[in-house]
Amino acid sequence: MNRIRTALTPLALAAGVLVALAAPATGGSQPSRHVTVRLVTHDSFAISKKVLRDFSRRTGIDVEVLPAGDAGAALNQVILTKDHPIGDVLFGVDNTFLTRALAEDIFLPVKPANVRGLAHVPADLRLDPSGRAYPIDHGAVCINDDKRYFARHHLESPRTLRDLARPKYRDLLVVENPATSSPGLAFLLATIDRFGEDGWRDYWARLRDNGVEVVNGWEEAYNGSFSAGEGNGDRPLVVSYASSPPAAVYFADPQPKTSPIGTVLDTCFDQIEFAGVLKGTEHVKEATALVEFMLSKEFQADVPLQMFVFPARADVGLPAVFTKFADVPAHPASMTPASIGRNRERWIDEWTDTVLR
Amino acid sequence: MNLARRPSWGRAVMLTVPLAFLGVFFVYPVLTILGRGLWPGGALDVSPLTEAVGDPGVRAIAWFTVWQALLSTLLTLVVGLPAAYALTRFRLRGASVIRALVVVPFVLPTVVVASAFLALGVGPSLGAMLLAHVFFNYAVVVRTVGGMWAHLDPRDEEAARMLGASRLRAFTSVTLPALRPAIAAAAAIVFLFTFTSFGVVLVLGGPTRSTLETEIYRQTAQLLDLRTAAALSIIQLVAVLALLVVTERLQGRRHVALRLRPARESARAPRTIGERAFIGVNLAIAVVLLGTPIAVLVARAFDTASGVGLDNFRALGTIHASSILFVPPDEAIWNSLSYAAVAAVLALTVGGLAAFAIVRTRRAGALDAALTLPLGVSAVTIGFGFLIALDEPPLDLRTEWMLVPIAQALVAIPFVVRITTPVLRSIDPRLREAAALLGASPRRVWREVDLPIVARALAVAGGFAFAIALGEFGATIFLARPDRPTLPVVIFRLLGQPGATSFGAAMAASTILLVLAAVSVLLVDRARVADVGTF
Repeated sequence: MNRIRTALTPLALAAGVLVALAAPATGGSQPSRHVTVRLVTHDSFAISKKVLRDFSRRTGIDVEVLPAGDAGAALNQVILTKDHPIGDVLFGVDNTFLTRALAEDIFLPVKPANVRGLAHVPADLRLDPSGRAYPIDHGAVCINDDKRYFARHHLESPRTLRDLARPKYRDLLVVENPATSSPGLAFLLATIDRFGEDGWRDYWARLRDNGVEVVNGWEEAYNGSFSAGEGNGDRPLVVSYASSPPAAVYFADPQPKTSPIGTVLDTCFDQIEFAGVLKGTEHVKEATALVEFMLSKEFQADVPLQMFVFPARADVGLPAVFTKFADVPAHPASMTPASIGRNRERWIDEWTDTVLR
Repeated sequence: MNLARRPSWGRAVMLTVPLAFLGVFFVYPVLTILGRGLWPGGALDVSPLTEAVGDPGVRAIAWFTVWQALLSTLLTLVVGLPAAYALTRFRLRGASVIRALVVVPFVLPTVVVASAFLALGVGPSLGAMLLAHVFFNYAVVVRTVGGMWAHLDPRDEEAARMLGASRLRAFTSVTLPALRPAIAAAAAIVFLFTFTSFGVVLVLGGPTRSTLETEIYRQTAQLLDLRTAAALSIIQLVAVLALLVVTERLQGRRHVALRLRPARESARAPRTIGERAFIGVNLAIAVVLLGTPIAVLVARAFDTASGVGLDNFRALGTIHASSILFVPPDEAIWNSLSYAAVAAVLALTVGGLAAFAIVRTRRAGALDAALTLPLGVSAVTIGFGFLIALDEPPLDLRTEWMLVPIAQALVAIPFVVRITTPVLRSIDPRLREAAALLGASPRRVWREVDLPIVARALAVAGGFAFAIALGEFGATIFLARPDRPTLPVVIFRLLGQPGATSFGAAMAASTILLVLAAVSVLLVDRARVADVGTF
């Protein structure tokens, strides 16, 4: 008897679980005038529950968020399923992937007149004149420095990309591999923009000789090697974001009066994230409404503290932790998506040959 | 007593269910994604394959993939086999707890473990990679081989000694042959895990090392070069098939019927100083190897700005609380447990039926190999395969929650098969004959003889399947799933943000995950012990 009970317990548990998991789905299929729009995005997407709830209440559109891996994986999933789309809207294509998204023709053109917030977005973020991909947020990838380290060692923080190759900053920098990491790629693009097609490999050869450390991902760089990260590493310079200094304050308890890290403003590359309505959606009107909503003041104002990036709209105020602790580069490096799309693989291969072999 | 006398629908179910599951959720998706790469526009184009095979870069990657996996497997066996012996053949206080605790590494997300390794000063290197592979797979050897070892009748070896065999001779000619299927099974699984290892290679191998798995990921998820990805996947498949053929030979050649004994009877108290020293050394290795990284992790979970405290656990309930990505910790725990329960039941059903079919059908070894195949195929290939293959009714499962436990079950099934098959094979046919002779119907023979023995193996397998699913391996991270975040998902999200609170909360979540794993395995083991009387 005992034996049978032991054998049945997991079955009963699983049956209960099946019922519990299935329950919300049944609830959703009940007749309702609400339409559900599926938002495919990367795993770092975040927004306030309240903001989305307000949108649903106002419009009758429910939003189901489908995180689908990192930005590259999410985009590629959408491309591979374009005949039977897995969602209605895609958010999270950045300027390094934009050309692929446009070439694969996954987005439905939407009249810019229908996306009213766009008028408030600076021109240099509006990279798709065809009205398919709409800029939602941007954030600069920059070198962050551990202020305490430089104070303790009576060393001036580097100011420029060139400084990083100088002997006094030997063995101080950790970067991410552009082949596996999106900030890694953005930083590589910053150096290519600065030193040009003829000079960037020499620059990286100098960085290599100056002891640059390369790791595969942002987590290992920031929480492993970076001396102001959580791993108590030995590198006071790291490729991260202009929003890392406010994040380091915001996500600390108690919050410090000044940020322990700073931003080297000359080293930045602006990453811009886009959203668009997916071709093949059955809910064009509702999907368009969601994209438009992403450029509304309410959504835009919520972006900084949720995703730690900057809103695309220039007329939206920033939270205090950003205005106080974030240094924003006036002229971050930039590059046309077409140029990135054309060269990215070759650049990554050449970088690998220069730095890792 | 063989299957011929059992009702034929029984055999049909035993074979059909596993084959159908494998066909729909593995073969079909993988062929579809390979087809995208090699049959573009409807015509076979093998040029990517010939290009890849001829490319010295690819050859180097393939070779590195194979030898690091072989070396990792060998190291894991060297460390794990003595431990399996020490933990099952001697009556030790707390041995059952240790046997449960060794499973913990198995469920931890690689990022978390890697960060613990980095904190211990074990930076990216070949050594770090191999060490991490031993860390993760130690449990596979200890539990798969130990599970078999615990039930070997010590009198067989004693008889050999009595007849004048040296201790070594008695071991190599009596015990080792009996263990060979279990060792082969464990080795094959460790090889496949390390062959397709992803996070460990990426984080602890460092940027200069890549394997077929990391390269397939890059080609598929980053570059969208499905031609190259398909070619690499085929190279991966061929290597895995070759390995499975070899282990199948090792495993299935001899079906030794053994007189299995309850673990309680086969274990004895250590007698000599040598035995105590042997046990001590093995425990020390387990503590240092498994304990240190875990201790670092747990210490970080309780480390706060104001000393030791529960702040990080509290933060887990408040950080990002306003965000749609936020789930209260209890909900994440429930999500993890429920996915894992569904996955474990799926794996036990499919794997259990397959194990019976394998034992009772002459040429069913191929089924065993086929069910193991998913371990050797890239997670990204399976995940993206799901996406493009299961896209039409009645199988439009792409954004269904069910896909997550299905993907988890694919990884868990080989464990169920490989833990139960050796035990099933070793059931003495005379037991069944005796039962039949005493008038038991075939159904009754199965229920009274096979089931009690196999129930125990299924319990071990179920515990493993559950633990695997808790750690949410493989393909699930490439699925666009409705947001019902499990603990590993919560951990990934927290680690993706800077700040002491995010990091501390991630460590707290990892601590909860490892406690869940340890408790669930302990419970399963407990159920098993209570069962032994029926042996």
